Amino acid sequence: MTGKRLADDSMTPGRLFLEGMRRGIPVVITAGPFGALFGALAIDNGMSAFDAVLMSATIFAGASQLVGLELFGQHIPAWIVILSIFAVNFRHILYSASLGQHVANWSWVRQMFGFFFLVDPAYAETERRAEQGEDVQFSWYMGLVFVVYVGWVGMTWLGTIFGNFLEDSHTWGIDFILPIYFMALLMGFRKRPFWYPIVFVSAASSIIAAKTVGSPWHVSIGAAVGILTAAIFAPVSDEETGDKQEGAR
Amino acid sequence: MTATFWIIIGGAIVTYLTRIGGHLILTRFDRIHPRVQAGLDAVPAAVLTTLVAPAVVDGGPSEWAAFAIAVVAGVRVSTIPMVIIGAVAVALLRQVLG
Repeated sequence: MTGKRLADDSMTPGRLFLEGMRRGIPVVITAGPFGALFGALAIDNGMSAFDAVLMSATIFAGASQLVGLELFGQHIPAWIVILSIFAVNFRHILYSASLGQHVANWSWVRQMFGFFFLVDPAYAETERRAEQGEDVQFSWYMGLVFVVYVGWVGMTWLGTIFGNFLEDSHTWGIDFILPIYFMALLMGFRKRPFWYPIVFVSAASSIIAAKTVGSPWHVSIGAAVGILTAAIFAPVSDEETGDKQEGAR
Repeated sequence: MTATFWIIIGGAIVTYLTRIGGHLILTRFDRIHPRVQAGLDAVPAAVLTTLVAPAVVDGGPSEWAAFAIAVVAGVRVSTIPMVIIGAVAVALLRQVLG
């Protein structure tokens, strides 16, 4: 654990916040179109612009918002819609457990506030920072999620106004940006030990689950299979738990 | 307030519970077993994979080819160029292959 860089005196909270914001910009560029797409679809589905923006601001989780939107129009009991949103977002429990280890030095209030913003890209960026041996400071994290949050809510709002531009999202390939983006994030972790076996079993099990059990459970099932595989078969050092294996393939 | 409003608030509450839940559960334990640690280290790879694989399989030749191009590019380039290459590829391939 010698690789850990000591906090530089020049890294004031303000500079860390700016550094975090910089990491958020690529997230907004790639995930932003979905915020707009969601806004546009919400209007198409007869939702008010206020409700669409409210949904982005309070739920702040794209895939579950689209699922919720689909169910709104179908006279489905409220609790089923809410349960479906919960099911789509269940993966955040894993992010939360994994990330919590890096933010143990935050105050309880900061943890409770910060975790509200724990979307997929924010998790991936933070996990990557921790992996590089950097501290995950509250200021840095808030800079990151500030940009992502404002971008997501802002793009939703723009989508409710200028949504017609997105009608051709298939032609422009916008609908396929998200899988590619998640793949890019996934590849960012490929130096981790046991990455290939995890990806293989999670891919196979999520594809099978998507065909059999159906969405959104394929996410939880595929994730569980991959995590269990790693928990059982990944090599662990007996003494130093939580140690990052440097240079491991 | 409309029913939609309350469903949104309900959805927000359950989503927030998922975001703090894992951390709250884990902090109840003093020590993390190495096997649990190995599982936690697998979270990014496992979860992100489930967001990619079924979506790619559901596509057609255009999506598969574009995805392959993006992955090959991704070995060399960073996130944004990879996403742009993939998006341009899928848009072009859909024009050609329909």
